[in-house]
Amino acid sequence: MKGRPELYTSYAQDMAFLNTRPKRVSVSALVVLALLIPFLITDDLLQLLATGFVAAIGAIGLNIVTGYAGQVSLGHAFFLAIGAYTGAALSGSETGRVIGFGITSLPIWLLASGLVAAFFGVLVAPVAVRLRGLYLAIVTLGLVFLGEHVFREWTSLTGGPGVGRPAAIPELFGVRLDRDNAVFTAAQQLYLVMFVLLVIFGVLARNLVRSRVGRAFAAVRDRDLAASVIGVDLTKYKVLAFAVSSFYAGVAGALLFVVNGFFDPGSFNLLLSVQYIAMVLIGGAGTISGAIMGALFITLLPRITRELPAVLPFISGDATGAITVFQLEAVLYGVLIIVFLIVEPRGLFGIWVRVRNYWRTWPFSY
Amino acid sequence: MDEFLQSLIRGLGTGSIYSLLALGFVIIYKSTQVISFAQPAFMLAGAVLVSYLAPAVSFFGAVLVAAVVIAVLALGVERTVLRPMVGKPVFVVAIITIGVDVVVRVVTNAFIGLDVRQVGDPWGLTTVTFLGAEVQQRYLVMIGTTAVVTVALFLFFRYSRIGLAMRAVAYDQEVALAQGISVGSVFALSWALAGGLAALAGVFVATGAGVDQQLWIVALKALPAIILGGLESLGGAVVGGLAVGIVESLFGTYQNDFAPWLGPNFALVAPYALMLLVLLVRPYGLFGKREVERL
Repeated sequence: MKGRPELYTSYAQDMAFLNTRPKRVSVSALVVLALLIPFLITDDLLQLLATGFVAAIGAIGLNIVTGYAGQVSLGHAFFLAIGAYTGAALSGSETGRVIGFGITSLPIWLLASGLVAAFFGVLVAPVAVRLRGLYLAIVTLGLVFLGEHVFREWTSLTGGPGVGRPAAIPELFGVRLDRDNAVFTAAQQLYLVMFVLLVIFGVLARNLVRSRVGRAFAAVRDRDLAASVIGVDLTKYKVLAFAVSSFYAGVAGALLFVVNGFFDPGSFNLLLSVQYIAMVLIGGAGTISGAIMGALFITLLPRITRELPAVLPFISGDATGAITVFQLEAVLYGVLIIVFLIVEPRGLFGIWVRVRNYWRTWPFSY
Repeated sequence: MDEFLQSLIRGLGTGSIYSLLALGFVIIYKSTQVISFAQPAFMLAGAVLVSYLAPAVSFFGAVLVAAVVIAVLALGVERTVLRPMVGKPVFVVAIITIGVDVVVRVVTNAFIGLDVRQVGDPWGLTTVTFLGAEVQQRYLVMIGTTAVVTVALFLFFRYSRIGLAMRAVAYDQEVALAQGISVGSVFALSWALAGGLAALAGVFVATGAGVDQQLWIVALKALPAIILGGLESLGGAVVGGLAVGIVESLFGTYQNDFAPWLGPNFALVAPYALMLLVLLVRPYGLFGKREVERL
């Protein structure tokens, strides 16, 4: 049966992790490419990509609850914040200003951040179980505001608005990843670690959504009443979706500011939530690879617009002039969300599917 | 007692702003089943427009023009951006309105600049004695105007032909179509109404302190108001808005004495806490209707 990519002789084959040979080849090629990149490009681009990978972990989390389980959450910034502060407080050192416990080992604080965020996700879930659709969206939005208030006032944890505190300290097997050493620069190390983490969490998420649990999520999303009739326990799966999503958000939050090294409680506002929603929608709701594409796209967007003044002279590079890059960047968010949702509701993933289908049947694609 | 009365009137004043915004949200929701997150931007745009027009055509003229212009703007947005999305999942449409909000707001911000712009209202921060308490004039004006607008809206929905058509569409779009009602123009009209109300609310927010780039945050307080009242209820929107205003104001006045552990400025987020509490007890708000579901 070799050479017949669409022919499946067993269910397991159909449901396999990478079920066609082109997928296996292209994914391996992408992984190899991603592992080579740190030795090819400059450190500031690496840092940007590393941030993009972390954002991708967060976007995968939001995609699980919103794209797969259909529970619209505008509260992702809140869970990111919980992860960020758990990580920072656990790994940071105690100073007179902020608390810290000095546990710098990355796996420990990463797991703890995820678990604490998941715990809060489970706390919020009962409200979510009772609410539907846009009611839920607004309640989760309220969560962001309440969270912002708490983080602003709890200065011994967060350092206070405008001041902030150092982010989590990444140390793996006794090596400080945020410092240059004999073999790698800090940016290269962080890039590689973030990439490995993204692969781990991406594979985990992919495995979750193609399992029984993932199918239950999809059933709840498509019609929750019908799902409960065929025996899906709505409460259980909604709580589970929130817990998993918050876990991912916690992990992403803890890592998000490691590259910059410093963050302040003002970062976790409604705009951050909207950015993650934009990542999921622009990438393609209900797909893992879409979430990764969307996250990289949104993270790289500021960088791309910053290059624009060189190409389009009527855009001004600093804060003066008729159209500045900063305005353009903010407008682009809005415009991109609108254009993608109207023209290509399946997002970047949908574009990729169309391109793939065109070339699959080429030259007879019509 | 004076302190309480002052606080209450301040609460009713800001609450009536939230009511105006909430009415806009509910009108759009009832006709299109979508929450328009673009309301903050329309509110901001309205206030900015008044700040530019007021020197030329007097404050009241400016308010009237701004309300009409923003209504037309909202109508245009509905026609171009929202109309292609009719029939798509409501969540997707709601996110599109976030996109609209961002775009309109960035453009408006360019007109604000870094300064605070004044809308040129005749009230400022002057106070009058009302029932023995010193209260700011502008709060009384807000309460009065909102009362008039609300009554006018209710009469409009109760007696006018278009108002009845809008209610019919809210009740059942297909049946309304079969009766010869143009559902499309009802959608457009509801956006225009909401835009006008938002512009009016924006002017009220800007009285006293003026317009700056952060003004739009105020409009988000209308969200707990509509959730409190229930998304489908116009009366609920008014009550919810006033409740949010009063809770915010009372927390601002008394929270330092009674619950200092909540931290200063808790008043600003108190509406959201109230919303969470109410929703735990009544998932469809105080006046919302419980959905009957069928497979």
